[in-house]
Amino acid sequence: MQNSTQIQLEFPTVMGQPFEKLPEDLFIPPNALEICLETFSGPMDLLLYLIKKENINILELDVSKITDQYIEYIELMDVLKFELAAEYLVMAATLAEIKSRMMLPQEIYEEEEEDPKLALINRLQEYQRYKTASENIAILPRVDRDFFTASAGLPQIKIHKEEFSITEAELAAIFQEIQSRPVLTSNHQVDFEELSTQERIQIILTILSKRNIISFSKTLRKSEGRPGVVVSFLASLELAKEGHVELIQNKTNEIYLKSRTGAAN
Amino acid sequence: MINTVEALLFGAGRPLRLSEIRSLLDSDGINAELSEIKQVINHLEERHSESSLEVVEVASGFRLQIKETYSPSLTHLWNERAPRISKALMETISIIAYKQPVTRGDIEDIRGVSVSTQGIRSLLERNWIKVSGFKDVPGRPALYTTTKEFLDDLNIKNLSSLPDLPEPIRLEDNELFSKVI
Repeated sequence: MQNSTQIQLEFPTVMGQPFEKLPEDLFIPPNALEICLETFSGPMDLLLYLIKKENINILELDVSKITDQYIEYIELMDVLKFELAAEYLVMAATLAEIKSRMMLPQEIYEEEEEDPKLALINRLQEYQRYKTASENIAILPRVDRDFFTASAGLPQIKIHKEEFSITEAELAAIFQEIQSRPVLTSNHQVDFEELSTQERIQIILTILSKRNIISFSKTLRKSEGRPGVVVSFLASLELAKEGHVELIQNKTNEIYLKSRTGAAN
Repeated sequence: MINTVEALLFGAGRPLRLSEIRSLLDSDGINAELSEIKQVINHLEERHSESSLEVVEVASGFRLQIKETYSPSLTHLWNERAPRISKALMETISIIAYKQPVTRGDIEDIRGVSVSTQGIRSLLERNWIKVSGFKDVPGRPALYTTTKEFLDDLNIKNLSSLPDLPEPIRLEDNELFSKVI
C-alpha cells in the first residue's frame, strides 16, 4: 500500500488563504481523485485501505465511521471525472444504505432477507484474498524483470524457406505486366564538354591582360587537335565581335589577337 | 549426446519438452529414450552448477536461464526494464489464475470495478491468458484461462506451484459478529 504522505500534496485555498495545515483527524489529501484512481485498483481497495487506516478488523467494520470517511473522499472527486468515479459512488451508496438501515429500529431490520452489511463484509473478505494473492504473484520472479533466459537462438529467422513455384502462364503474365508498365524512370548521360568556347575566351583574356598581343597559334594546344583550332577560332571571333580584341593579319598566314581593352587600361 | 541437448536448449530460446528433444535428436540420427534424455538433462544441471547458467523446468518444458544472481548485471547491460504491470491488472490475472475458467463478469464481481477491455487485451497479447470457451449463459461471455506461457514467465511448472490463495477470515464467533451489528 502506497503511503499517501509520500505523495506531493497541493494545498487548496480556503477563503483566499492557503490551507496549509491539514486537520489531524482528516487523512484525505486534496487530490483524492487521482490517488483513488492511481493508487487504488477500485472501490474495494479504497475501502480496505480505510479500514486498515482506522486499524479495525473487517469483521468489526464500523460502517458509520467508514461511510463518513469514504463519502468525504467521493466528494473531493473532480466532477469532470465523474464517469471514472462511478464505481466509487456505487460503493458510497452501498455504505450509505447500510448506515441508514442501522438507524432503523432493529425489528424492521431483522425482517430483511439479506444483511447488506454481511454481504459487504463477505465481498471485502473475498476481495482481500485475491488482492493478497495478486501481491504474492507480483513479487514472484518474472522473466525479463527478475531473471533472463539464456539463448543463442535467433527466433525471428525461419529455417524452412517457402517453396518457390511458378507456372509458365504466370511467368508470361508477369512478363507482360512488366512490359506494359509505363516508363516512369529513364536516364540520359550528360557528356563532359572537353573543349568549351567560353573557357577558351577566358584563357585568351587572361593571357591578353598580361601581354596585350598574342598570335593565334599560341592559343592552340597540340593535344587538342583540330577541334582545338575550331574552338580557339570561335573564341577569337567572339572576342572580336564583342570588341575586346582586334584581329590582325599581316602578309604571313598568322593571325594576331590584339587587346583593345588592354590598350584602354 | 549431452552437448547436443545443451546446444538444442541454448539454440531454442524457448522451453523444449522432452518429447521435442527426442524428435530433434531423432532427425539427427540419435535414438534416445525419454528417460535417457531426462538423465542427460540432470547431468547438464550438474555441469552448470559452477557456471552462470542453469537448466530450469517450467510449464512448457526445459530451458536454459541465466542464474538470478546475475540479473542486476544484465539489467545494466540492457538498460531497460520489463514493462510494469498495474495493480489492477495483477488482480485480474490473479483472479483468472485461481478461479479459472472465469468470465469478465466474475472478475468484476470480485474486484468491484468494471474490467477494461484494454486490460484483458493486454493480457491476451502478452499470451498470459487465452479464451478457453464461452459460458452457456445469455450473451455467451468468453471464459478465460491462464496459459503455459504465464507459468513459464513466472518460472513455475504448474498452477499448484502458485502461492496458496489466502483463506478468508473465518466467521467463527458469530456472537462477536452480532455484537458488532
